[in-house]
Amino acid sequence: MSSYSLTLQNLTKSFGRRLIFKNINTDFHNGNIYGFAGSNGSGKSTLAKIVAGVLSPTKGKVIHQINNKEIISEELHKHIGFVSPYLVLYDEFTAEENLLHSLSIRGLHPDKEKIKSFLDNFSLYDRRTDLLKGYSSGMKQRIKFIFALIHNPTLLIFDEPTSNLYIKGKDAVYKIIDEEYKEKLIILASNEESDLALCKTTLHVEDYLHDASRIKDNV
Amino acid sequence: MTHLELRTTYKMKSYALFKKDWQSELRTRYAINALAMFILVTISVILFSIGQEKISANLTGGLLWVVIFFSAMSGLSRAFVSEEERGTTMTLHLLAKPSTIFSGKLLFNILLVYIMNFAIIILYSLLFNSFIISNWSLFLLAALFGSFGIAVSSTIIAAIISKASAKGTLYPVLAFPILLPLILTLLELTKFAINGKTIEASYVELAVLICYDVIMLTASYMLFDFIWKD
Repeated sequence: MSSYSLTLQNLTKSFGRRLIFKNINTDFHNGNIYGFAGSNGSGKSTLAKIVAGVLSPTKGKVIHQINNKEIISEELHKHIGFVSPYLVLYDEFTAEENLLHSLSIRGLHPDKEKIKSFLDNFSLYDRRTDLLKGYSSGMKQRIKFIFALIHNPTLLIFDEPTSNLYIKGKDAVYKIIDEEYKEKLIILASNEESDLALCKTTLHVEDYLHDASRIKDNV
Repeated sequence: MTHLELRTTYKMKSYALFKKDWQSELRTRYAINALAMFILVTISVILFSIGQEKISANLTGGLLWVVIFFSAMSGLSRAFVSEEERGTTMTLHLLAKPSTIFSGKLLFNILLVYIMNFAIIILYSLLFNSFIISNWSLFLLAALFGSFGIAVSSTIIAAIISKASAKGTLYPVLAFPILLPLILTLLELTKFAINGKTIEASYVELAVLICYDVIMLTASYMLFDFIWKD
């Protein structure tokens, strides 16, 4: 089993003059589930995107290490599985085509058997040849999970993982989290209590908002 | 994994991205339709405006590159703009490293430019009587390297403008100064080809063309990492 660790060093993000969070310093290790909590617009998704390497911080650093070796930013995509409301797959392709293309672009063998088993697990096999534009939001959410898991990454970042999902779908997500977290590092960005209840530690993003800006807002 | 295997995988990933883009293009027809319409409209307008007038071969050669430049502006931004508009940029971020993405998009634009220029040159040769090339080898050599230069420049400019709000306007505005040295050299070489000048006598212009391609390609790969992040 490989060890994966994530270190946030003085992480600060602002959009223009609006400060989102400041000086986040923390460590995450595999075998655990961590939560990013906060109200709507607090910066949970922004923090998740920065950790996933798809957004740069204004200040500070995110250090990903596998077996105590730092992962360079160019190779980060190999180790990350990301589910987010902002993640959009290709509507003009079917579910199967989306997954085949994603495996080929990653340089992995487009294994149809593997795709079949994932589609089966997420109850999408019967709709595998339908274009994604005909999918419901819940089905799109499920295909995003397959997209995030199919290359067997060590770091899983799930931003609002249970949004658009019915009870059965939520249970399926919790089952995946339960199966995966022992060997992997899982981060859940959510404000759903049932999601955060799974987390060992929860980081409240709003706690890292600079006090001065709060006072300024109140004035 | 050996060095050679690593390089092969890198090429395969870029090719996989190109395949994805090409399949997407065949389904959505976003760029092909825009290019085809633009080519037809501009050539028709030129034909109507000329009417019965006899124009010189050099002027016809010049107009050819005007058609190519504006046609390229109408369809080649698709590579990155469509990803941004559909919100799939993040998906690409999660799939491959920046250089793979740039290579895949560049391959797509190279194919599109070659198809576009081939169609324009064929139509032009059929419809304009005054378009008489005396040295086809020189003209085709210029078109080969020129098209490559247009594809490289258009791809990197598309990446730059994809995050801007006024993409449609910004694309030709930014492309004009970058493509100007290339277009001027191509105009010169087309004039030489019309006048029957040999390849040997056009070495300087051909060298400028190849240098432009190499410089743009190197600069694009160096710049893309910075453009792609955020």
